[in-house]
Amino acid sequence: MRIVIVGCGRVGARLATTLDAEGHDVTVIDANPDSFRRLSSDFRGSAVVGIGIDEDVLRRAGIEQADAFAAVTNGDNTNIMASQVAKVVFKVPRVVARIYDPIREEAYRSLGLLETICPTIMGADRVRDALLAPTPTPDARPRGV
Amino acid sequence: MYVIVAGGGKVGYYLAKDLINEGHEILIIERDRRKVERINDELGTVAIRGDACEAATLAEAGTSRADVVVAVTGDDEDNLVVCQLAKIKFSVPRTVARINNPKNEHIFKLLGIDATVSSTNIIMSQIEHEIPYHALVHLLRLRHADLEVVEVTIAQDSTIINKPLRDLQLPPDSIISLVVRDGQVVIPTGQTSLASGDEVVAVTTVQYESALRKVLLQ
Repeated sequence: MRIVIVGCGRVGARLATTLDAEGHDVTVIDANPDSFRRLSSDFRGSAVVGIGIDEDVLRRAGIEQADAFAAVTNGDNTNIMASQVAKVVFKVPRVVARIYDPIREEAYRSLGLLETICPTIMGADRVRDALLAPTPTPDARPRGV
Repeated sequence: MYVIVAGGGKVGYYLAKDLINEGHEILIIERDRRKVERINDELGTVAIRGDACEAATLAEAGTSRADVVVAVTGDDEDNLVVCQLAKIKFSVPRTVARINNPKNEHIFKLLGIDATVSSTNIIMSQIEHEIPYHALVHLLRLRHADLEVVEVTIAQDSTIINKPLRDLQLPPDSIISLVVRDGQVVIPTGQTSLASGDEVVAVTTVQYESALRKVLLQ
């Protein structure tokens, strides 16, 4: 698949590197060229410097041929706008936006405007599950250790 | 009217001030505590501190009873989200967004924002306005219909002077709607003929604007 990723922070760089290693054709966009240092040294995809909500930058990144698009910058509103541009203007078939703010995430998801990932809710839920997972009783621990 | 203004910078401040003077109920939402204090000192208690991109802040601001939400921060993506949340979550009848990058104007239109104001384009049209004579000046663009309201001042040596309007070969979808002569407004008919120095206000489509320009500036 041809995939365009906006934001090359920790999540964006890891996503780009993983998808590239899996054989996808990946282009990653970030306003700060230094952020591309986070990509692994064997990353074979492309890196474009620019603002992810700018149509011309998105075109340069090949969005017109893209099968999928992910917006994972550290700004919720940038991700919301970039994703809508990808979906509405460029008609990218698969668009995912990361939104930290649960309320904003719910607003856009519930109306079917965007496919969203909320790391705040996911993170809190995982931590909760880890905290409340049944701990082994002393009897269940291996003897003699 | 109850108007919520997102962004208490210079644009938000002066906009709120004017709207208050016109008797409207105004609430400014601003993130920066110092700006909120300054506005409240100068305009009375009209500003609250908060992020207008958060639905909770908008709920606290009574957005569901707002007639208009205006987003005038310096970031287009923030203005988009404020207007979309106001429309989607709070059913605000009219949303207006300030656009910093003129390229975003048609994107905002596609994404359902009712009206946009691009300071760059306004400055452009002001510059056009300052050019005397011969120029066709854009007064207003009615986006949904793709119509333009334009103004032209009839030159001294214009070849259309003293001809009845019905004899002018206007392009399709174009109409001369108003003539200002010596400060008096004339509603033109087919018999009206133009004089040197007349300010003519016409409505046309984006498509036929240059054709209209040719007729009125000949």
